Amino acid sequence: MPSARPLSRPRHRARRRERASALLTAARTPRGAIGLTMAAVVVLAAVIGPLVAPQPATALVTLAFGKPSGQFWLGGDYLGRDVLSRVLDGGWVLLVMAVCATAIGIAGGALAGVSAAYLRGVSDGIIMRSADVILSFPQVVFALLLLSLLGPKLWLITLTVGVSHAPQVARVLRAATLDVSERDFVRAAELQGMRPGKVMVKEILPNLVSPLMVETGLRLTYSITIFAGLAFLGFGQAPPAATWGTMIYENRIGLSQNPWAVIVPAALIALLTIGINTYTDAFARVAIGADRRPEEAALIGNLGQELGG
Amino acid sequence: MLTLFLVSVVVFVATEVLPGNAAFAILGRNASPVRVRALENQLHLNRGLFDQYWTWISGLFEGRLGNSLVNSQSVWSLVEPRLVNSAILVLVTGVIGSFLGVALGAFAALRKDGWFDRISSVVLLAATSLPEFVVAIGLIILLATVVFHVLPGVSLLAPGTYAWSEPQLLILPVATLVIVIVPYTMRMMRAAMIEALESDYVEMAQLKGVPEWRIVLVHALPNAIAPTIQVIGLGFLYLAGGIVIVENVFNFPGIGQGLVEAVNGRDIPTIQFIVVVLAAFYVVMNILTDVIALLATPRRRIAR
Repeated sequence: MPSARPLSRPRHRARRRERASALLTAARTPRGAIGLTMAAVVVLAAVIGPLVAPQPATALVTLAFGKPSGQFWLGGDYLGRDVLSRVLDGGWVLLVMAVCATAIGIAGGALAGVSAAYLRGVSDGIIMRSADVILSFPQVVFALLLLSLLGPKLWLITLTVGVSHAPQVARVLRAATLDVSERDFVRAAELQGMRPGKVMVKEILPNLVSPLMVETGLRLTYSITIFAGLAFLGFGQAPPAATWGTMIYENRIGLSQNPWAVIVPAALIALLTIGINTYTDAFARVAIGADRRPEEAALIGNLGQELGG
Repeated sequence: MLTLFLVSVVVFVATEVLPGNAAFAILGRNASPVRVRALENQLHLNRGLFDQYWTWISGLFEGRLGNSLVNSQSVWSLVEPRLVNSAILVLVTGVIGSFLGVALGAFAALRKDGWFDRISSVVLLAATSLPEFVVAIGLIILLATVVFHVLPGVSLLAPGTYAWSEPQLLILPVATLVIVIVPYTMRMMRAAMIEALESDYVEMAQLKGVPEWRIVLVHALPNAIAPTIQVIGLGFLYLAGGIVIVENVFNFPGIGQGLVEAVNGRDIPTIQFIVVVLAAFYVVMNILTDVIALLATPRRRIAR
């Protein structure tokens, strides 16, 4: 008995250090560095953008689809508003929404997936069946369905997309948990009389951090994709506000006159999603040791081996 | 089947019950009570919940879909041509995308860490991260407006004509969706193929002196294709959502564009029908992929 505690403490700490170093090591690989830089540039532009924008985002200051000039570096949009200012102002809401939706999806999915796999039986059936129902709707369609009658409210869009992430996360974590819960240390904790809730949090979850982080990266990318896509379809912030997705939609009729009003917001979205995904990929290579996503590994059926290795 | 039933309940609940009263949602908050009453009658909102659900679901099976609330045409006449157009789009994309993904993935795996594998892995990573409308806009900028002007940037169809009558309108939407789904299939095929090539049975075959092409085609490929089929299935599933965005970029008259129009017009019967069709497609594809993947796995066919 006396030897159990002193032994487990340093092991926990070492594990945490290992994980933090996986994030750092990933950032040092060429792939990770490039990805992180790309994402950081966009995040920086979105965060300090509103502070340094030369014009108010909604003011009519130049010609409709005016060409870039010394005063208006990226020209005018379809109403004659300054494209540069709108680009700088149009990112932060997207970022906040994406982070919130990802948090909801990961938390809900982790809870559902780990409980389903660990509790088995009826709970497993009910949880995974509900997941199947949500999975039966393409995410965009699921969001549109709920928005169609409740109106395009931002918190609702965020919540909907977060909820629609959860089943995918749950599937991946369920597969991973099934494997971990067979291990000896889980059996040992159970035999000591640890309650199921505690076993899941203390023994199983710490072993799922790597796939969880990879999932977080992926869901963040998907969130941005969906939010930008919904904004492009006209379900985002109300009209005068600037959003990258909406800007692409508004200004695409003027592509031949001032393409920058479309190219710049599209490029920023692309840079952001590619950046996050590239860094996630670098992390997966370092932490899991394979250039394979958890969802792909789950399909080949060797997720367990990779987590163990 | 149970999933499908639950899906229909979710759609029904979301569209009819959640907002409190659909009649108000359609007519606006300060509509006159008389008009609300009349619309409630038309939508059967004044009856019990189960009764409403039964009317709707039995109508769905018997082809009585009701009328559009926007222009009072029947929902079917509104949706049918769109359904055909979208089906063409999904089918063409799915077939091209699957073959391309499997072929490129297998090729990358055979020359693992060769130049093609290295370049493609970077390109794929970028392609999997791109939102579909960014790909679409990129293609429009490149091929239809700013740089070159060789393809139509808008896929408008005259009413009454179907997509096959003007195939050049399909090129850009199909190209966009192929670019979006190929990376997933290709990554999976590559991973599964590498796994298969490193397996014991392939080594065994090599030791027996089986020729290289036979090992690849007969021993490795069938085993690699089984997990890939699941991803191809996922690709088709993705298309059910992807067409919503891509059809809107190109103004392609399919159900994805129809859905957005219906949502904007609060056309509940049309929304219900399109969402159920998409969800049914999703569920059926899911079952189909599982079955095909099971049949395609040589191991499972023998062992169980």
